[in-house]
Amino acid sequence: MPTVRIPTPLRSYTGGQSEVQAHGNTVAEVMDNFLGQYPDLRPHLYNGNGELRAFVNLFLNEENVRDLQGGETALQENDRLVLIPSIAGGRYKRIAYVTQFNSF
Amino acid sequence: MPEVGLEGQRKLKAASVLVIGTGGLGSPVGMYLAAAGVGHIGLVDYDVVDYSNLQRQVIHGTSGLGTLKVESARQRMLDINPDIEVELYNEPFTSENAMRIAQDYEILIDGTDNFPTRYLVNDVSVLLGKANVYGSIFRFEGQVSVFDAREGPCYRCLFPEPPPPGLVPSCAEGGVLGVLPGTIGTLQATEALKLILGIGEPLIGRLMLYNALDMSFEFVNLRKNPKCKICGPEPEVTELIDYEEFCGVPGHDHDEGAVGGGWDITAIELAERLRNDGQHIKLIDVREPHELEISKIDGAKLIPLGQLAARMSELDSADEIVLFCKSGTRSARALELLASAGFRKMKNLKGGINAWAREVDHSLPVY
Repeated sequence: MPTVRIPTPLRSYTGGQSEVQAHGNTVAEVMDNFLGQYPDLRPHLYNGNGELRAFVNLFLNEENVRDLQGGETALQENDRLVLIPSIAGGRYKRIAYVTQFNSF
Repeated sequence: MPEVGLEGQRKLKAASVLVIGTGGLGSPVGMYLAAAGVGHIGLVDYDVVDYSNLQRQVIHGTSGLGTLKVESARQRMLDINPDIEVELYNEPFTSENAMRIAQDYEILIDGTDNFPTRYLVNDVSVLLGKANVYGSIFRFEGQVSVFDAREGPCYRCLFPEPPPPGLVPSCAEGGVLGVLPGTIGTLQATEALKLILGIGEPLIGRLMLYNALDMSFEFVNLRKNPKCKICGPEPEVTELIDYEEFCGVPGHDHDEGAVGGGWDITAIELAERLRNDGQHIKLIDVREPHELEISKIDGAKLIPLGQLAARMSELDSADEIVLFCKSGTRSARALELLASAGFRKMKNLKGGINAWAREVDHSLPVY
């Protein structure tokens, strides 16, 4: 069964799971099956028209499915889909720090 | 080392690299580029060092608290290697100044922590035809690549649009593991040094994914996106745009981000306070001198943000201080700086002098 790898920012939607197995013969089928297990995740990955959002990429092994046949791309048993969202971080809300100071 | 040698050292000495951000990613980047002998290094940041930075921004230390990050970083870099030149840009990296700052450097290193500045760095690198050594972190995860639109994809090829605010958890909710930017920034420094020396296989066309919890390093292949809005065959973006609007979030700390609502005072409230007990209030304008020609509030003392750390002794922490700038961004930084020095009785004029011009003194222009 193909697996879907979930990046840490989205693991809160998969009960902390980093990899989930899902049924299907194509990328679209596997993603449907996967999101059937975690429906709250769907709006984070797909827009209302069922298109992958512009800040999320889905890689089949090492290739972007966009560069293959998209949702129609056929999958083998041991294939691995990797979700790659855009990330930016490293800043903390300074409000916590300043508020703490203010309460001295 | 034979792969570097005297010839390599000469290349390093002649190289110029711009590091955008001197935070978690910029810390190891700055130190290792200095240690390697990169001759010309530019640093862009507008922040000051505070305690909450030190868990991951290892270029800064307790002795630098309250000082400008670019100054603190330069001091550390010159301590490591006094034979290099470090140019400082103590300002936010924006559409207005980015091309001017970046044009003199061969390589840009993206050490930013937010989407607007990240898209800006990408677009500058594409428009100026320079390599963009990309690193990004979130919680326990990092990404590294080299975007060089001259021979491979750019950041927009991979992520045509930023996530809308709220759809993915913000870093404020997640934070990052302190050592994570150390790993990712060190990899960015490695890629920059390889580009300068012309050795090895750069990460052009490849994205590295690191997960600290799984201790996994994975690679995927990136290709140019034929529909890319900036580096595709029919580009829509031919000059820098408004990146805060594009991303729907501020790239730099604005009044609502840097300090809590409790520190804000509205223009109307300030006008009322000044009428009732104005003699107890010290108005501090943290803008630049040339902005006084545009608008000013009578009785305000001018201390530009960049001079505040050095001129703090001119202020009395017993006074009630109201800080203002153009829109509330710089004054929020000023408030934070003063808070870290022990000032408590402070307010930040919400919306800055522009709000004052709109709501109180209609004779002043909004700029």
